[in-house]
Amino acid sequence: MDLPELYRQMMRARTYELAVEDLWNTGLISGEMHLGTGEEAVAAGVVTHLKDGDGLALTHRCSPALVVRGVPLAAMLSEMLGSENGLCRGRGGHMHLFSKEHLAATSGIVGASLPTAAGFALANRRLRPGTVAVAFTGAGAMNQGMALETLNLAVAWELPLVIVCIDNGWAITTISTAVTGGDLVERATGFGMRAESVNGRDVRAVHKIAGKLIERARRGKGPSFLLASCPRLDGHILGDKLIRMAKKPIGEGKDTFSKVITAAMSRGGGGLKDRAGSMTQIMSVMARARRGTARERRGDPIISARKAMKKLEAERERIDAEVAAEIDKAVSDALADVGKNNDA
Amino acid sequence: MRELSLGQAVDRAIEDAMARDDSIVFMGEDAPMLRAPLFARFGADRVLATPISEAAFFGAAAGAAMAGLRPVVELYMVDFVAVALDAVLNHMAKLETFSGGSWKAPLVIRAPTGAGYGDGGQHGQSLWGSLASIPGLSVVVASTPADAYGLMTTALAHDGPVVFMEPKLLSEEWLEFLGRGGRNTVSFNVPAEGRMGEVPDPPHATPFGSAAVRREGSDLTIASLAVGVHRALEAATRLHDQAIDCEVIDLRSLRPLDVTTVTASAEKTGRLLVVDEDYREFGLSGELAAVSLEAGLAPRFGRVCVEDTLPYARHLEDEALPNVERIITAATALVSS
Repeated sequence: MDLPELYRQMMRARTYELAVEDLWNTGLISGEMHLGTGEEAVAAGVVTHLKDGDGLALTHRCSPALVVRGVPLAAMLSEMLGSENGLCRGRGGHMHLFSKEHLAATSGIVGASLPTAAGFALANRRLRPGTVAVAFTGAGAMNQGMALETLNLAVAWELPLVIVCIDNGWAITTISTAVTGGDLVERATGFGMRAESVNGRDVRAVHKIAGKLIERARRGKGPSFLLASCPRLDGHILGDKLIRMAKKPIGEGKDTFSKVITAAMSRGGGGLKDRAGSMTQIMSVMARARRGTARERRGDPIISARKAMKKLEAERERIDAEVAAEIDKAVSDALADVGKNNDA
Repeated sequence: MRELSLGQAVDRAIEDAMARDDSIVFMGEDAPMLRAPLFARFGADRVLATPISEAAFFGAAAGAAMAGLRPVVELYMVDFVAVALDAVLNHMAKLETFSGGSWKAPLVIRAPTGAGYGDGGQHGQSLWGSLASIPGLSVVVASTPADAYGLMTTALAHDGPVVFMEPKLLSEEWLEFLGRGGRNTVSFNVPAEGRMGEVPDPPHATPFGSAAVRREGSDLTIASLAVGVHRALEAATRLHDQAIDCEVIDLRSLRPLDVTTVTASAEKTGRLLVVDEDYREFGLSGELAAVSLEAGLAPRFGRVCVEDTLPYARHLEDEALPNVERIITAATALVSS
């Protein structure tokens, strides 16, 4: 697949998420919202290899892969708006999206995508030879027991499974290396699995290596693990308190900081060294959150892809316009559907 | 008296107990940032960030409790206890019996609970019935800031494993984090009485196994807990206008259960309505019917519970939860028939 088509898929995922952000801000979408902004190169690079019958198991940050997979956008948006005509009739919501037609399932339970995808792979090997399953997961989830157990199961059963692990540096609001032992590629290798890492901001690099691993699985050569690093551009969830505090410590963080200072000055508790250590760590997490959220940041995969396309300016502009029109139409269809429901 | 939110009262109780008792440690995903004041005061040795590994850190909490610490182990939501259920069901709950009563694991599971902010059926369950069915556990559920402080204080001094459940809809901090996220474009049906309240100073510990009668009445007993208590009280006010006089009981503690208060009230009114945000089948509502029968009573009985997997869509979610309208309909049917 050529770069413009990969770029189109990335832009579809990005533009979709920005539309979701707008709808969430207006209050039309309830609950938590985990945007996949920053993951577009991984989603496009991997999911464009999938064919009919292939399975896809995803996490709470599931939109980019579903958009690239071709799940109807208006149905996904209607689902988030809680409509009876949504992808899951308004019952699932954004962490629980299911498309039986695409053998695509998501879960809000961290780590759950791995065993689900292993089951898809098992069924596919028996029922649809030549098809595979792909699990998307986060680096923070690779410490979950069910994830580690699936690494072993996939090797023991030689499943046609590719596990794509997105490393955005965070496990919710914890810096993931602080709670993770060793290196994840070595960990997967230790289970006897083929394991690779890739720059998840470079869509062509992701597409190339994912193609090899998926093809390998199709030929019955067993499971593999792909670690892809990329930024998390919008925090853990929209309205992430950590990001809000990091950006506006005076306005958003005042209440929290005053509680922290009061607690740190209270009699009883840890010694001076413990308290100073805690304060240092809190400040360093905040600083990292602030550095990591600037969308202009050079690591944004969309910006990287645009740079790579600088000789194809006219084509890029055409793609941007087509994608914008596609997403605009999906949003207006979804809003019209909700409007109809409200009138009924 | 101090005016606190329910979430602040829980935080306060933990912080006060940790200052008194060096053996208490706190662990959970994101603990240093999510519980930053606790982390700032007690340091990294006593406030531990866990990986997203509930099975491991719940099992470790049980082991640490066996070996002399008093861990408080926090879940983001009670739904995720499923990932750690082996440690809860087969280990911490069994220890006392398996050791012939000689060994206990003093630990507290802090579990935000419940729905009403549109997070879907995997993040809004109550599950207290399932947990309270397990011998060896204590299960308590706060509906006011004073009881949140009081029940957590008792839990932190208890000599066995306690599940402390904190209704998210009554906790401004959780609601802001998970529901609002800085938006002023969404609203939730939060009962005002539960959100903020006075916590006595010095505070008192709320004993386990002791229900509270929140309103006295003679026609109908409504037994509930958590958000349901406030819905029941609102329904009782409106039913009073229809000349139906309700008694409202806040169970507070499911295991141990205050059977005496429930059966005495059901005997007085002759009617028992259970308002329960947990699932209807094989749970709390059936249990209250059973203890009434065992006490030789045969009250007219009804229940307003969650009947299916909670839907994501906000309007469907509100219909699925035990809301005031459903309570009034059920109460009226019990009294009129």
